[in-house]
Amino acid sequence: MPDNMRDSKVRNTKESEVRLNDTIDSSIDGSKNSALMNQGDDSKPWLNTPDLEGYFGPFGGRYAAETLMGALQELEDNFEKLWRSPGFQADFDRDLQHYVGRPSPLYFAERWSEALGGARIYLKREDLNHTGAHKINHAVGQALLAKHMGKTRIIAETGAGQHGVATATVAARLGLECIVYMGAEDVRRQALNVYRMKLLGAKVVPVEHGSRTLKDSINEAMRDWATNVDNTFYILGTVVGPRPYPKMVRAFQSVIGREAKQQILAQAGRLPDAVVACVGGGSNAMGLFHEFVPEESVRIIGVEAGGEGVDTGRHAARLSAGGKTGVLHGNRTCIMADDDGQIIESHSVSAGLDYPGVGPEHAWLKECGRAEYVDVTDDEALAAFRGLTQMEGIMPALESSHALAHVEKLAPTMSKDEIIIVNLSGRGDKDIHTVAAIDGIEV
Amino acid sequence: MSRIQTCFDALQAQGRKALIPYFTAGDPDKANTVAMMHGMVEQGADIIELGIPFSDPTADGVVIQQAHLRALKNGANLSWVLETVKTFRETNSTTPVVLMGYLNPIEIMGYETFVETAADAGVDGVLCVDLPPEAAGRFRSQLVEKDIDLIFLIAPTTTDERIGKICSQASGYIYYVSLKGVTGSATLNTEEVSQRVQHIRNYTDLPVAVGFGISDGPSARAISSTSDGAIVGSVLVKEIAAAAQAGQPESAVGRVGEKLAAMRTAMDNG
Repeated sequence: MPDNMRDSKVRNTKESEVRLNDTIDSSIDGSKNSALMNQGDDSKPWLNTPDLEGYFGPFGGRYAAETLMGALQELEDNFEKLWRSPGFQADFDRDLQHYVGRPSPLYFAERWSEALGGARIYLKREDLNHTGAHKINHAVGQALLAKHMGKTRIIAETGAGQHGVATATVAARLGLECIVYMGAEDVRRQALNVYRMKLLGAKVVPVEHGSRTLKDSINEAMRDWATNVDNTFYILGTVVGPRPYPKMVRAFQSVIGREAKQQILAQAGRLPDAVVACVGGGSNAMGLFHEFVPEESVRIIGVEAGGEGVDTGRHAARLSAGGKTGVLHGNRTCIMADDDGQIIESHSVSAGLDYPGVGPEHAWLKECGRAEYVDVTDDEALAAFRGLTQMEGIMPALESSHALAHVEKLAPTMSKDEIIIVNLSGRGDKDIHTVAAIDGIEV
Repeated sequence: MSRIQTCFDALQAQGRKALIPYFTAGDPDKANTVAMMHGMVEQGADIIELGIPFSDPTADGVVIQQAHLRALKNGANLSWVLETVKTFRETNSTTPVVLMGYLNPIEIMGYETFVETAADAGVDGVLCVDLPPEAAGRFRSQLVEKDIDLIFLIAPTTTDERIGKICSQASGYIYYVSLKGVTGSATLNTEEVSQRVQHIRNYTDLPVAVGFGISDGPSARAISSTSDGAIVGSVLVKEIAAAAQAGQPESAVGRVGEKLAAMRTAMDNG
């Protein structure tokens, strides 16, 4: 080895040791709790997250295989640079307005509110977006990034198929190759969305491993990305994954809460008393919550899938039923795992909530007490699905029906002067086969 | 001096390269795991990478994914893996054992408990696929205190800046991933690997072993001739899978041994 090389080796080592030691000590063992000073106001630790390392308190971070570390950094660099640039913002806003159809309405569900006999309930109508759910918001944003970064191939995972459809849609529009990984069980449950993706030109790959649901489709997408990392952009469908995904997906979804806040001020002249959303990975929820996190008069409530009941073990109530802190899919968060650290298969009638992890920011909002998390069962969600359909003429997705089911419990405990905004994150057409099957009807 | 360093020093003195087989503990069954470790040593393994079964092995191809699932079905877990190493140590005090896996089982066990138990069992190194050096700080210190090496991967996509970072944190050896993708991928460009290994040597004096894509004697020889060792996994795990499939788990040791012996011979007579 030439001497100059040896010198640079020593120098490199020292510099990187200093850099690393600045940041690493607190990142494992959950000891990030003691590092809240990084996050501004100690008394309001829910603000100004994530930190530069991607942590929300002890949660989040970047726990990824080395092959992906370069791609994740490239993604973060491009996101941080473009997200704040006027040109990118203008492109994104234009797409949201003219392609997605934003702003989505904030609808006062008067009849439903009266029937429940309590708070006034407003529905944030993400179901009216192009492709029928909130997923299109972050798909448009990530596709714009992919285009700026010169990527020619798009991959995605999907649970209910809404994110897959949204991704196939933006890929078709940009003329990009698109591969969607979907658990074989979800392919069966969501046949309509599978066909939609195929019509849009995407290749849908059923994942036959593990529980054959959302978790396994993320595993497979990560494997694809590691293999095709040079030309491929992974459009991740929720606020999970390694840094920068939780922050980036939140950024693209936060338009939901910004609109809702303006709309409720215009319609009711004040902030809501509570905002409610279902939480699978938690992208529609973070989209609604983000704007309200600093507004401490607003209760924030996330609704998880209680499946067949949390006492049966067949559920996806990670936060509300005492999940463990662990590392899954590139981030530290609240997960369903056994005592050996193996991931437990979750269960929900709604494919989009059927996931054993949750966005790290949700884990943090719960831990620091800024948000509450509750669960409702499959049956309760199905009842809410029917209730809203019959009372308001709006057929909600089964995912969103979980949020509605909790509102059915919450609203009667509140006064008629109080206001709830609930995120109607998607429309229910895709679930008609599931509901019909439960009714014993073949459609 | 750690067993890993002693091992590489001895190999270097003999002008030989390390043969480092991987298999998932508990596959094809728990009963044959210690026998598999001894069998590997008998057929020329210098270091054993022992996989910790995990339900969601996102960096592994289908062959090793299935090995994880078989092991879990057999009831293998991290505590048992550590006991297994302890049993192996009763009759082998020289061959280094590196535990390879994913972070979550260790996180759930608790870092302190894991490090204590691993040290007591005679574990020499730990490689967590989803634990980059940036996030390894305190865990690394705990391991170092017990003379356990924390081994990191370097990939074809790793930037020079990161190679510097990783080398500053790594001990034991560097695991160079020879190709983009997951374990069990097929194509291997020996020339490219050789250049990358030489490049990594600019940043570290640690041995550099190469894994992913090594499937037989010639590829093991080619890779080890340009590095300090060949790490071989999927091709062995396929033999284990065949033994499991045939309902003859005890035959796995012999099947794997045959493959390893061919590689050992090719490497030593290169």
